[in-house]
Amino acid sequence: MGFSNERFVGMYRSLLLLRKLEEKAVEMTMTGQLWGWLHSYLGQEAVAVGVCAHLRNDDFVASTHRGRGHFLAKGLDPKRMLAEVLSRQDGVCGGKGGEIHIADWERGIIGSTGIVGGILSTATGVAFACQYQGTDQVVTCFFGDGASNQGSFHESLNLASVWQLPVLFVCENNGYGEFTRQQDSMRVTDIAIRAQAYDIPGVVVDGDNVLTVSAATEEAVARARSGAGPTLLECKTHRWLGHYTGDPQGYRSKEEMEECRRTDPIPRFQNHLMEKGLLTEEAAQQIEEDVDREVAAAVEFALDSPMPLPETALTDVYSKAP
Amino acid sequence: MKDSRYIRAIGEGLAEELDRDDRVFMLGEDLVDAGPFSVTRGLAERFGTRRIRNTPISESAFLGLAVGAAIAGLRPIVEVMTMDLFTVCMDPLVNHAAKMRYMFGGQYSVPLVVLTATGAGVGAGPHHSQSLEAWFAHVPGLKVVMPSTPYDAKGLLKAAIRDDDPIIYAWHKGLLSRMGQVPEEEYTVPIGVADVKREGSDVTIVATGLMVHQALSAADGMEEAGISAEVVDPRTISPLDTATIVASVKKTGRLVVVHEAVKDFGIGAEVAAVVAEEAFDYLDAPIKRIGLPFTPIPFSRNLENALLPTADHIARAAREACGVPVEQ
Repeated sequence: MGFSNERFVGMYRSLLLLRKLEEKAVEMTMTGQLWGWLHSYLGQEAVAVGVCAHLRNDDFVASTHRGRGHFLAKGLDPKRMLAEVLSRQDGVCGGKGGEIHIADWERGIIGSTGIVGGILSTATGVAFACQYQGTDQVVTCFFGDGASNQGSFHESLNLASVWQLPVLFVCENNGYGEFTRQQDSMRVTDIAIRAQAYDIPGVVVDGDNVLTVSAATEEAVARARSGAGPTLLECKTHRWLGHYTGDPQGYRSKEEMEECRRTDPIPRFQNHLMEKGLLTEEAAQQIEEDVDREVAAAVEFALDSPMPLPETALTDVYSKAP
Repeated sequence: MKDSRYIRAIGEGLAEELDRDDRVFMLGEDLVDAGPFSVTRGLAERFGTRRIRNTPISESAFLGLAVGAAIAGLRPIVEVMTMDLFTVCMDPLVNHAAKMRYMFGGQYSVPLVVLTATGAGVGAGPHHSQSLEAWFAHVPGLKVVMPSTPYDAKGLLKAAIRDDDPIIYAWHKGLLSRMGQVPEEEYTVPIGVADVKREGSDVTIVATGLMVHQALSAADGMEEAGISAEVVDPRTISPLDTATIVASVKKTGRLVVVHEAVKDFGIGAEVAAVVAEEAFDYLDAPIKRIGLPFTPIPFSRNLENALLPTADHIARAAREACGVPVEQ
C-alpha cells in the first residue's frame, strides 16, 4: 500500500476521532442529553477508516443504522453530525433524520436508513449513475451481517454483477443481527461465500485490523474503478455494546462482552505505527489532545444549536411546496 | 390535433422525453422487446440498450436502483409491469424514494417515474388486476397520476418525467387501445390539476381512470331523463385538486364518486370527506360512493363482470342522488 507516513498517522487520528466522539455520544445517551436510541459503532472503527482511506472526495458511501463511523471517515463535519444526533437545527439534516438517517451529499454520503438492507439497492443505483455518466467514481455500501439475509442484499448483488457496476459491498460482520447471533440466522460462517452465487469476488478480512481492511479495499476499489465490477468484502469485527445503547444484552455472556474488546483496533494500529517508527509517544499524545479538543468543540456546537423550528416539520416533503 | 391510441400516446411521450434529455432512461422487465403491453415498442431500436434496459425479474432491486440513480442526477422511468407487483418493492418506494428528500433535510430530490398498468376487466386474475393507487396516495412524498385519455396520458407523462419528485403513473389496461385527440405540437398536462371532462348542473360525478369513460357514458344516458351530470376527472390522485371538485359540487349540489379500486378506505372516501368538510352546506343529497366490493378480483369473465362498476351503476347512483331513481 503506497500510503505516505502522514496518511497512516491520519488514519490513526481518524480511528481515535470515531472512538472518542462515539464514547461521548454514548455518554450523552446514558445521561439523557440525547433523545432516542443510539446504535453504537464502538469496536468497529477499523472498518470505516480502512475502507474510506481509499475513497476520493467524489466517491460515495451508503450506510446503516450503525453509521456514524462511516460518515466521519468520509469527511462529515463532527459538529454537524453530533448536532443531527442531538436533533438540532444545525444538524446536517436539520434534525429530521437523527441518529439513523443521515446524509451529506456534498461529501458523497448518500445516506443511511432505518430499514436493514434497504440502502443496498439505492447505493447500487448511485453506482449505476456513475457508470451511465461514464465517470470513474465508485460507491461503497456498508451493511451488517443481518442485512445479508434480506432479499435486497441478494437482488442488489445480482444486479450489480449483471451490469458490472462500480460498487463495493462491505459487510461489517459483528456477529449479531440486532439481538440474534449470526449462527442462529444462517448456516454459513463466512458471508463472503455468498458472492459466489453472483460470480463476484468475495473476500474475508480481519475487520479489527485497519491495515488488512485497507489492503483489501484498495484492490476492490481499483477493480470497481477500472470497470471490472463489484466486490463483496466481509470484515469480521466486534460490536462492543448492545444493539442500541442501554440494551441489557441478556443474550450475551459477560465473558464474551469482555473478550470482544481484546481485538481493539486502536492499540493494535498504534503499536504497529510505533514499531515501524511512524508514531512517537509524544506525537500520539498530541493527536489524542487534538482529537479531544475536536470532540469538545463538536459537543459545544451541538448543544449550542437551537432545536429546529416547529414549522420546518412541514418543509421538504416535495421539491416544490404545493 | 391527430387521432392517437392511448398506448401510442404514452410511447410518444416516452420517446420525446428520451430525445430531449439524456438523463432520462428506462428500466424494467422485457422493455427491449416492448413487454406484454408494447408500451416501449421501438424505443430500444431508437435509443439503444444503454437507455432502454431489460432488468432481471427483481423489482425490489431495480426500483431501488432507480431511486439511487435519481438521487445521483438521472431521471429514471421504471416500469413495474402491473400494480400488483408493488407488493415486492414497497421499501424502495415508500421508505426511500418518498422520504429521502425530507429526512435528509432537502439535500436532494428523487425525480423518478414509475409506470404501472392497473385495473381489471381483461381476465388477468387476482394478481394482475388490482387498483392500489390509494396505498400510494396515502404516502407523503409520493405523487400519483391516472390518465384517462390519450391527451392526458401523454401530457401527464411528460410533466411527470420533468417533475423533481417520485411519481406513480398508473395507466389502465382497459384503455390501451382507446382513441383520442392528441396535439401535434409539444405540450404537457400539469400535475395536480383536475379536468372537467363534461359540464353539467345537476350532479357531479368524480371518476378516475377507466371509470371516467363509464361516467361519461352514464352522463350521456341520463340526459334523456333530464339530468345534467358534470364529470370531473382528477387526473392526479395526489396531490388532489380539491378546488375543482369542491367548486363543481357547490354548483351541482350532488356528488357521486366512482373508482375501480375497492370502495372501502379508497380515494372515494377521501373525495367524499373533502366535500363534506368544504361544501357540506351545498349538498342537496347524501354523497354516493361506487367502487369494487371488498373482494379480490376473480379470473372468470362472469365473476369479474359481476364486480366491476359500470355506467349503469353510476347512472343509478346519480339518479338516486337527484331524486329521480330508476324504476325497478
